[in-house]
Amino acid sequence: MEKLFKRIPRVGGESEKERLEGSSEGTIEPQHKAQAESVEKTPEISPEKAKKHEGHTPKFSWSIKPQGDQKAKPARSGKDEIPDGLWIKCAHCKELIYSKEFENNKKVCPKCGFHFRLGAYERVNVILDESSFEEINANLVTGDPLNFTTSTETYQVKSDQTRAKTGLNEAIVTGFGTLEGMPLALAVCDFNYLGGSMGSVYGEKLVRLVEQALERRVPLLAVSASGGARMHEGMFSLMQMAKTTAAFACLGEAGLPFISLLVDPCTGGVIASYASVADVILAEPGALLGFAGPRVIEQVTKQKLPPGFQTSEFFLEHGMVDQVVNRKELRPVIAKLLRLYETVVAQNEAREREVSYAG
Amino acid sequence: MPDKDKERKERDKDKKPAASGAWEKVLLARHVQRPHALDFINGLTKDFMELRGDRHFGDDAALVGGIAKFEDRTVLVLGNQKGRDTKENIYRNFGTARAEGYRKAFRLMQHAAKFKLPVLTFVDTGGAFPGKESEERGIAMALAENIMLMSRLPVPIVSIVTGEGGSGGALAISVADRLLMLENAVYSVASPEGSATILWRDVSQAPAAAEAMKITAPDLLGFGIIDGIVPEPTGGAHTNPNEMMAIAREYLLNNLTDLEDKYTSRGEAGIQSMLEARYQKYRRIGSWQELAEQSPEVGELSDILQANPSL
Repeated sequence: MEKLFKRIPRVGGESEKERLEGSSEGTIEPQHKAQAESVEKTPEISPEKAKKHEGHTPKFSWSIKPQGDQKAKPARSGKDEIPDGLWIKCAHCKELIYSKEFENNKKVCPKCGFHFRLGAYERVNVILDESSFEEINANLVTGDPLNFTTSTETYQVKSDQTRAKTGLNEAIVTGFGTLEGMPLALAVCDFNYLGGSMGSVYGEKLVRLVEQALERRVPLLAVSASGGARMHEGMFSLMQMAKTTAAFACLGEAGLPFISLLVDPCTGGVIASYASVADVILAEPGALLGFAGPRVIEQVTKQKLPPGFQTSEFFLEHGMVDQVVNRKELRPVIAKLLRLYETVVAQNEAREREVSYAG
Repeated sequence: MPDKDKERKERDKDKKPAASGAWEKVLLARHVQRPHALDFINGLTKDFMELRGDRHFGDDAALVGGIAKFEDRTVLVLGNQKGRDTKENIYRNFGTARAEGYRKAFRLMQHAAKFKLPVLTFVDTGGAFPGKESEERGIAMALAENIMLMSRLPVPIVSIVTGEGGSGGALAISVADRLLMLENAVYSVASPEGSATILWRDVSQAPAAAEAMKITAPDLLGFGIIDGIVPEPTGGAHTNPNEMMAIAREYLLNNLTDLEDKYTSRGEAGIQSMLEARYQKYRRIGSWQELAEQSPEVGELSDILQANPSL
């Protein structure tokens, strides 16, 4: 694993400690930190600065923003993250990819098929029909229920910084759109926002989406890339596991299909709650999936883990997911599922009207 | 019942409380002499019949369950079981259950639904076991399925965190109509050691993490996350197990009869309103605010329009 997927700093200058924050249950240590690396140096970073990073190969991630540029825009397409004309080096196979080709291929390496991570809005664009997405509850932001303060930081400051840095208000984006014209409720997690961790707002946005999906009677797709429950909200975060799962139980009782797509990395409280109670569970190839992170398992059990442990393929082999689906197949596969359930949903609806269900 | 609490307080007013700070409570909650799940089950119920095995892979001694008589009614009991010495702890896997333990709990809760048995659970675990075999057998799925089942289980559920409530492994047997905590128990999203590692990469910061994470019973009652605190004998549950059992019995019985009077005695409609109340109890938990739409004239992003009413 280590050989295959080298770890690089995700955002310029961000420390290991910062990267891990927001991950849950001491569990996350994503194997696939690797993202594409730019071959050319970004001009804004001085050679001296670049030297500092020499300890880590590769030097830069394509997602690095120059230090001076703190004005974050929502990474809606991801295109603005890669300067035009830049070549990308695949962190997995080391081949050079023209960045346009990389974008057109939905950030999948055309040479080796390695799936790079997507931001929430990039993911929305990959899945839904063009411009069909209407976001809901975009302005919901977190409170600070524990008044969380440590010697080094407060949650309030951390949240403000994260919002500014990522251009996102929370680790999850929710809304409605269409896929091949069929209506779909969609929740997408963004790992860049505090490790995609689930706190109060995450839970609330997801539950509101489920409740609206119930009203509109549409199927729901949740794409999860999360380290789990958010530390900074303590037990409020843990309880979101129960809150979201209970909402999905109601969706199921109403006969509406729930599809869960697990993408890199998904561990801890998210995979141990709503993301695993779906009617159909799909995963992208090569994603890190598991309850505890590999580092924690090795620490606790003193066992060396075999190569390929806790990948999507491992999950498939052990019967935890229905299919591993390449990113370019995602739209057709989900559309097929929606068509298969379409008539079933209509039948259930008719039946429900008859008995005037009071749940 | 409050009278009895008052009496106890009066009697013990000169004694020092067993633990004050969050970290002291963590240590007390882990005290090896503290009553464990089987002590509570044997102390509170009669004719306990342990039911073992998940019917898929194996039996997990870290999570025990069965049926028993509690004050004239048959109930289903579940609990995380820790050991008292090294040998027993190895057998019990230190109270950290694997997927088969949670699948046993799932099977037994379905059993409870079938026979309309109230469910009593005793939570005392550092968390689900983070091991290779747990991953191979889908521990995440097992926890998730338990949480989903409990959120809609058509029988009353009363849970008591008796020692350590650790993360998803605790939640997967404690989604309940009434969630109680013993006075010196703790319940946290991750163990203080785990939180310290995540927040500072330094396990020695666990006491600071315990404080910052607000994991004690009074904190969680204040947040509306738990429904009640069960007092312990002064000095802690282990100093007077008999009194501990008597107090736990009062609280359990009180909560259970209340649920029965309100809901299960009223037939199918009562059960539906119990499920609705359970849903709403969890639905409310959280803290959020709505940002103002950014207006170009004002340019203020962080105007808070609406605070969460529950805070």
